[in-house]
Amino acid sequence: MKKWNLVFDAALCTGCQNCVLAVKDEYVGNDFPGYSAEMPRHGHKWVDIRQRERGRFPAVDIAYLFHACQHCDDAPCIKAARDGAITKRKDGIVIIDPVKAKGQRQLLNACPYGAIHWNETLSLPQHWNFDAHLIDAGWAAPRPVQSCPTGALRALKVEDEEMRRIAQTEGLAPLDPAAAHGTRVHYRNLFRYNRVFVAGAVVGNDAGREACVPRAQVQLSRGSEAIGSTLSDAFGDFRFDALAPASGSYRVEVTADGYRAQVLDFELADSLWLGEIRLNRQESGEENQR
Amino acid sequence: MFRRFSIMLTGLYAVMRYCAWRHPAYRAQLAQCDLIAQIRIVDEDSGRWYEIKAGRVRSRAGIHPKPDVTLSYETAEVATRLLTPPIDWQEQINSAKNFRLKVDGPDELVYRFTQLMFATRGAGWRFGAEAGDGVRRYTSMTNAGPCFVYVKDGKILRITPIDFDQDDAPPWTIEARGRRFTPPRKTTLAVHGLAWKSIVYSPDRLLYPMRRVDFDPHGERHPENRGKSGYVRVSWDEALDLVASEIRRVKTDHGPGAILYNYPSHHSWGNVGYWTSALLRFFNAVGHTRVNHNPDSWEGWYWGAEHHWGNSMRLGTAEPYGTVGDLLKEAELVVFWSSDPESTSGIYAGYEGTLRRTWLKELGIPTVHIEPYLNATAAFLGGKWLAPRPGTDTALALAIAHVWITEGLYDKRFIADRTVGFEAWKRYVTGADDGIPKTPEWQQSETGVAAREVRALAREWGGKRTYLAAGGWGNGLGGACRGPTGVQWARAMACLVAMQGLGRPGVNFGNLQWGTPIDTTFYFSGYGEGGFSGDLAATASSISLYQRMPHLPSMNPTLQVLPRTNLPEAIIEGRTEGYQRDARSIEGQFVPIRYPAPGHSRVRLFYRYGGSNLGTMPESQRYVKMYQSPNLEFVVNQSIWFEGEAKYADIILPACTSFERWDVSEWCNSGGFALHSQMQLNHRVVVMQHKCIEPLGESKSDYRIFLELAHRLGLGMYYSEGMTELDWVQRMFEASDLPRRMSWKKFLQKGYYVVPAPPERLRAPVAYRWFNEGRKKDLPEPSPLPSEYKNRYLEGLQTPSGKFEFECMTLKRYAPDDPERPPVLKYSRSRESVESERAARFPLQLITPHPRFSFHTESDGKDSFLNDIEDHRVLVNGSYYWVLRLNPVDAAARGIRERSLVRVFNELGAVICAAHLTHCVRPGVVHGYESSARYEPLADSERPTDVGGALNLITPKKSQIARASAMGNSNCLVEVEPWAGHAAAASAHETVETHSA
Repeated sequence: MKKWNLVFDAALCTGCQNCVLAVKDEYVGNDFPGYSAEMPRHGHKWVDIRQRERGRFPAVDIAYLFHACQHCDDAPCIKAARDGAITKRKDGIVIIDPVKAKGQRQLLNACPYGAIHWNETLSLPQHWNFDAHLIDAGWAAPRPVQSCPTGALRALKVEDEEMRRIAQTEGLAPLDPAAAHGTRVHYRNLFRYNRVFVAGAVVGNDAGREACVPRAQVQLSRGSEAIGSTLSDAFGDFRFDALAPASGSYRVEVTADGYRAQVLDFELADSLWLGEIRLNRQESGEENQR
Repeated sequence: MFRRFSIMLTGLYAVMRYCAWRHPAYRAQLAQCDLIAQIRIVDEDSGRWYEIKAGRVRSRAGIHPKPDVTLSYETAEVATRLLTPPIDWQEQINSAKNFRLKVDGPDELVYRFTQLMFATRGAGWRFGAEAGDGVRRYTSMTNAGPCFVYVKDGKILRITPIDFDQDDAPPWTIEARGRRFTPPRKTTLAVHGLAWKSIVYSPDRLLYPMRRVDFDPHGERHPENRGKSGYVRVSWDEALDLVASEIRRVKTDHGPGAILYNYPSHHSWGNVGYWTSALLRFFNAVGHTRVNHNPDSWEGWYWGAEHHWGNSMRLGTAEPYGTVGDLLKEAELVVFWSSDPESTSGIYAGYEGTLRRTWLKELGIPTVHIEPYLNATAAFLGGKWLAPRPGTDTALALAIAHVWITEGLYDKRFIADRTVGFEAWKRYVTGADDGIPKTPEWQQSETGVAAREVRALAREWGGKRTYLAAGGWGNGLGGACRGPTGVQWARAMACLVAMQGLGRPGVNFGNLQWGTPIDTTFYFSGYGEGGFSGDLAATASSISLYQRMPHLPSMNPTLQVLPRTNLPEAIIEGRTEGYQRDARSIEGQFVPIRYPAPGHSRVRLFYRYGGSNLGTMPESQRYVKMYQSPNLEFVVNQSIWFEGEAKYADIILPACTSFERWDVSEWCNSGGFALHSQMQLNHRVVVMQHKCIEPLGESKSDYRIFLELAHRLGLGMYYSEGMTELDWVQRMFEASDLPRRMSWKKFLQKGYYVVPAPPERLRAPVAYRWFNEGRKKDLPEPSPLPSEYKNRYLEGLQTPSGKFEFECMTLKRYAPDDPERPPVLKYSRSRESVESERAARFPLQLITPHPRFSFHTESDGKDSFLNDIEDHRVLVNGSYYWVLRLNPVDAAARGIRERSLVRVFNELGAVICAAHLTHCVRPGVVHGYESSARYEPLADSERPTDVGGALNLITPKKSQIARASAMGNSNCLVEVEPWAGHAAAASAHETVETHSA
């Protein structure tokens, strides 16, 4: 049986908020009987784009995360619902019944992703239901996918086996791998959002002036484990990404032709800008150890 | 001939009766008023009369003794020719202009009868598509892009971008470096387009005309209370009667020049309804003082770069053709300098360029981003970020040039063959002139950017085929060109690329925003061509539209002009001087304009169209004083929402949105402004802007408002030519190339047409390639004007030498000793520099770029969905505050926490914002977008303090240079401190109800 999946690529998301507004446009002022009651004009973001800033000036980056109901195969909210107020369709879509779910405030805490929102006026828990009413009317994709300008969001209706294969090929991961709720939203390049980087700038000197050092070899290790190796770019900048936050003591070793090697030890908590790593010129006759 | 004539008239009667029987809308139209109309010829007493009474029509051959309305044709031959379908508009217009067709009777009744005749054509037209479940799907166009509009029970259900169907033309493909790049078969819609439903149904909509409570046209007018008093509802008749009588009165009492209309830079979309069309035709018919608009988003290019290379018709920006293909195929590096297309969206181009920029990653083309703020584009592309202090960019640019000169990293062949004056500029750069070599070390203390990084950039840039993306468009627009040193900066951009051999493969201006290989020869008019205004002088109508869509011309004979930058001063002080924007030549900008003109009245009647000055123009408090000046006897505001300057009028006329009226347009087609702007799109799309819903409340389309005003001045038939908006839409359709591709009926139903991309051989050539290679200009743009070529036509640039001029002859001739704009580019420190004396009190530099999420003031405030985007406004204590971004170091020093309210201020006043702490802003800089739709000054502060977010309250009005009227306010000195005050209760959004007595 083919089922719906959503794929979000953090590297393709500009943070334009189109998906957020598309969902507001669809549901504010509109009831879709059997599917959803209207969304309040303010205060609900059934689809949200969350922003994370990593690092500090000048080594900063911004990443965005698509946040909405994950349409879990093993949904905790379904277990917490009374009277079958939440159901899982054969095509994978989870739907909160806009009539049966009335008054069921307990559902707010049932979602481990915080994707259920309380409509105070209607006394109703609400979520993004994959635009099921549009899907059933024959739309090729839900509104967030349609409005996405870069393809950061894609909707796939495929067999679970096929989805696993795609996840493997494209390096997709669930939002919270440990949770095992069988989520149907798959994330790519999630490291941009939930991992940290280490960056620095290699600075040397040339003819008495400070100079960027390109093509310096930079090695990152943790204890005896080699984590990564890279070359500094034309500006002497280097970066190691996708590191686990708060993962202990690291070492960066910088070697460049004509300079003495430099070593930096540091604790990695959050994304870290090591600053300018100044290399000293070798005396004539010296050579770097390999 | 008589027989044919009488058959035509009888036939008309038959058709009217048929339509009345068949179409309820036509019956309703018949019921609108009673009249007797006579159609006749003049050289004989022959004709037929039609009596409309109680919603029915009856008719008889002959001459009626007392008709209300008479349509007279000179002869039966003329009548037959003009009445035989299909209508030949050239014939109709010629006959009217030569008095072979005359109309008699009250303007409004003539219009109604003419409309009853025309409406028989369209009575059976069908629009839109069935979308199931009682929903109809229409099409429309917005500043954000084209859209489908789903309507149910007379209400907008949803608005979406357009996904093409299998009949629509396939997209182009560019082959580059072994890959094929093809855009998807759909349109993109910028985020503010998705907010349209929320602002159509905004609680701030103006639903009926209003009059200021203490404005008595026959007694005390109380101008000093504008902006303070409330409003009372009045009828349309009362409002329009008053406006018309005031127009007549000031023309009589004061003379020509007494009337001024102030339009905004943009408009909701549609060729017929655009200000260049409906509004311009009306005010030409009335006579007015013209406001000359400064090139607001292109200041530095027009007043600066233009002197190096011409291109005045593009306001001094770079040629844009073919650069998407060239960049993908040839470029090795793209430097984005004050360029944020992810925020500025090419103004009208949705997010078309965003996908194309992802191709840079696929091709492994690195990027560099020079900007005091890590803007949305820089954050997305992730290239190297250099953050100079605002206003110091030129120093950085000169240092790059210095490295190129000393290390030989520039195109010497191009310099020798295609440019003049390089040696003169080189003396300045190397320090031979002034003893100061403009090295990377020299610029470091000015910009705050490390010398080593500037040197590395210069070597990268000079050693690679590099595209420079200057401004949001890549070839201009916004950003640094609007700061106090914008003129210097734009000049620097031109000079740098010239040093690298502008126009050779991989060396040009662009960021994949402009320059797609779309069709540049298929004709559909853009708004800059003036719609139906017929204004040959002030629009681009004469180029194509005036011939293709025969219509009556209009012209404003009043010679009085004033510069927009000084509008408040002109009104308050009664005089002003400035420089004009004139795109026809380079030297046009040297000619000053003075107000008032001899023998002309000062402005007495101020007709404001829209209300965005307070959020978008510098030192916006001036506008408050302007409105409160006794020099303005009467102020009208025609707006959609009760916001901004609508609150400063004597009479408010409620206009409706583009979803509530008929129109037609092409995506991103601004016609005479920025020709071929559609080259930002992946597809050219022409759209029928269906009237999706009825106007809300008593609001009317701008066209109808002007028509009803025109009736009261006897100008209705001249203004409208008897047309409705839909009639004009049809004429505009016929004037285009579209009828050859799609029938009118099909266009009405389907709602859009995708113009096929041309085969590769027919794609426009690459910008400046012709110039680089010393050939004739081969680009599909009709500029520069023939006389602007100094040698032979199409040979060389618009400059005096025909070459790129490092030493600008135009400046040398005009003002060689001007320290603000010397003939060779030099760096002079900004007056808003951190080194200035004022910086002791105001040590932070505020930058105010174009907003990312709203489209200027459109879609901001008014309870729009956009307000819930926290990067746009933040909800604090029940009000949505504008966001001010500070570096955490600067914030900590001031005790400012995330999301706390802050007061950003200088001598001009203060604005209350919500703070966002981010490392995306370099230390010393604070960032807030401009264009707040809300201006809500607190009553109890001695200096203006705004809680609405209008940062332009505190940006400086001073022109960048004395010999220009150039906005230079996109960065300025401020201080920021925590604010513990409270916004007034009604500040979230003020509704009309609170303002009616």
